[in-house]
Amino acid sequence: MIEARGLTKSFRDKKRGEIRAVDGVTLTAEPGRIYGLLGANGAGKTTTLRMLATLLKPTSGTALVAGFDIVEQPEQVRAHVGFLAASTALYGRLTAREMITYFGRLNGLTDPAIKGRIAELADQLDMHEFLDRRCDKFSTGMKQKTSIARTLVHDPEVMIFDEPTLGLDVMTARAIVKFVRECKLRGKTVIYSTHLMGEVEKLCDTIGIIHDGKLLAEGTLLELKERYGEPDIEEVFVKIVGGES
Amino acid sequence: MNGRSIVTIYLKELRDSLRDRRTVMSMIIIPTLVMPVLFFGVGSIATKVIANAESEVGSVMILGGADSPEVVAAITASKKLLVVPVAEDWKHQISEKEIRAAVGIPAGFDAGLEAGESAPVVIYNYEGEMKSTLSAREIEQVLRDWKEKIVAARLVKRDLPASLIEPFTMRRENVAPPEKVGGNMLGGFVPYLIIILCFTGAMYPAMDLTAGEKERGTMETLLCSPVARVNIVMGKFLMVLTSSLAAMAFSLTSMGLTFMFAGSLFAEKGQEAAETAKQAGAVMPMIDPLGVLGVLAMILPVAVLFSAVLFTVSLFAKSYKEAQSYVAPMIFVVIMPAVVGMLPGIDLNAKLALVPILNLSLVCKEMLSGVWHWNYIAIIFGSTCVYAAVALALAVKMFKREDVIFRV
Repeated sequence: MIEARGLTKSFRDKKRGEIRAVDGVTLTAEPGRIYGLLGANGAGKTTTLRMLATLLKPTSGTALVAGFDIVEQPEQVRAHVGFLAASTALYGRLTAREMITYFGRLNGLTDPAIKGRIAELADQLDMHEFLDRRCDKFSTGMKQKTSIARTLVHDPEVMIFDEPTLGLDVMTARAIVKFVRECKLRGKTVIYSTHLMGEVEKLCDTIGIIHDGKLLAEGTLLELKERYGEPDIEEVFVKIVGGES
Repeated sequence: MNGRSIVTIYLKELRDSLRDRRTVMSMIIIPTLVMPVLFFGVGSIATKVIANAESEVGSVMILGGADSPEVVAAITASKKLLVVPVAEDWKHQISEKEIRAAVGIPAGFDAGLEAGESAPVVIYNYEGEMKSTLSAREIEQVLRDWKEKIVAARLVKRDLPASLIEPFTMRRENVAPPEKVGGNMLGGFVPYLIIILCFTGAMYPAMDLTAGEKERGTMETLLCSPVARVNIVMGKFLMVLTSSLAAMAFSLTSMGLTFMFAGSLFAEKGQEAAETAKQAGAVMPMIDPLGVLGVLAMILPVAVLFSAVLFTVSLFAKSYKEAQSYVAPMIFVVIMPAVVGMLPGIDLNAKLALVPILNLSLVCKEMLSGVWHWNYIAIIFGSTCVYAAVALALAVKMFKREDVIFRV
C-alpha cells in the first residue's frame, strides 16, 4: 500500500530560482494492483518515485509506504520496498550471486536465508547459467534479471519501477513487463512510471497523469477515456496536459 | 551506527577493490616497488653515470705555456686529461661542452718558478656542469701535486724538515650514534615517502567508491538498501583507510627489506670493500626500530584525515574523471609541507606542531633519530585526531546531502 499526501519537492536552481519538481502529489496505490505514473520527460515521475523510495526527502507532504512514514521511518520503508530504475546499475566487478548476496545482507537476511532465496530466484528468472559470472560481462537481459533478483531478495511488499524498460530491446522489455505483472499477481503493491502509452495500456490498473510536477488526472484506462471522450490514451494524455492547444 | 552493515559494506568494497586493477596498483604494487626501484634502479644508474664521468678522459686546452715545458708536461702526463691544441674560440667550446676546461699558464712560468716568483694560473671551467667541474678539479690536483713537489724540492735544497710546512694534521670523526645519523639522514625522506604513499594509496579507492559509483549508477542501487547512510559512509571510509594503510605497510616492508639487502651487499664485498662498508656504515646506519613504531602510530590519524578528505572531495564529483581533477592538485598540498619538513634547520615548535602533515614530517625525523619530545608528540597526535574527526564528520554530512549524492 502506498498513500502519498501532498508530496512536494522543490529544488533551488541558480538560474531559474526555486523549481517545484513535484507539486502536491496525492495518490493511493493498492496491493494487487499496478499504479501507472504517466508523464513526459521532466514531468516529475522520477522525483516522485525517489521520494517514495526515500532516496530523496520531500520538501513538504509525506507518504505511507507499507505502513511506514517516508519522512519519519525511511529505513523501515526501504526494507519493505524494491526499487528498480533504468539508472540503478549492478557492481560490474561482482558476480550475480555476490551482488544478490550483498543486497540480501544489507537487508538483514541471514546467509542461509539468502542462499535459499537465490536458488528460488534463479529458478524463477532462469539465471543459473550466469549466476557466478561477473556482471560487467552481462548482456542487458542478464543485467535486468540480476537487477530484478536484487530488488526481490528481501521479498518486498511494495515494488517501485522507474522507467524500467528505458533503453531495452523489445524482448528484454517484454520480460520486464511480464515480471511486473507477476508482482501484481503475488499481491504486491506496484507503482510504475513510464512515458510509453502502450505500456500503460497493457499493464496498469490505475493511471495517474503527471505534468509539471502536478498530478492532473487519475483513474482507470476506461474512466479516463470516457471522461475525456477520446478512444485513444495518447489523445487523452495530450488533452490533459494541454500540449497541442 | 550498525556494526553488521558496516562490516558487510566494508567486506564488499574490499573484494570489489581488490578486483580493480587501479586500486591494486596504487595500494600494493607501486608502494612495494617504489623503494627498491629508487634505491637499486635510480641509485645504481646515478652511481654508474658519475663513475663513468669520473673515469672518462676529458679534453682540456692549455693556453700559453710554450716557454714552460715542465708544467705543460705535468698536465699532459695526467691520465684523466687529454690536452688538445688551443683554438681561438676556447671559451665558446667550454660553454658548448666540446672541451671540458682550459688552463691559462702565464708567460715565463717555469723560469719564474726558478727565480722564486709567484705566478697566477687560471683554470677556466663551466660552473655547475659536472664533467667540466671534474676536469677542472683534476687540473687543480695536478697543479697542487706539482706545487708540492716544488716546495719539497725547495725544502730539501735548504736542508729544512718537511714538518715546516705541515705543523699539524687534522681529521673529522663522527661521534653521534648510528641511529641518530640515520634518523637525521633518512628521517626527512622516509616520512615524506610514507606520507605520499599514504595519500596515493587512499586516492583511487576514494574516487572509485564515490564518484565512480555515481558514474556507474551503483550508488543509487546502494541507497535503495535499508542501511542508514552513516553506515554506508563508514564502510566505504574503512575501505579507503585500509588501502591507505596497506600502501604504507607495503612500502615500509619493502623499504626495510631493501635496506637489509643493500647492507648485506656491502658486507659481501669482503676485504676489498671493507672500507666502503665502514663508510656505508656511517652513511646508511640503522634506524631506531622504536622510532619506526612511533612513525606508524603517528601516521594513523593522518591516514584517517587523508581518507576522509579524499572521500568527501571525490563524493562531490559527478564522475571518476571529475574527481581526478579535484584530487590531483591536492597532491601538491600534501607534498609541500612534507618537503618543507625535509629541509635542514626547520625544527619543531608549538606552532608548527599544529600544522598538519608538516608536524608529522618533523616529528618523524626526531623519532627516527631516537628523540622523543612527548609534549609535541601529544599535541601532534591530538590535533591530527581532531582534524581527522572533523573531516570524517564532514564526509558523513556530505553523504546525507541530496544535492551532492544525486549530483549527476
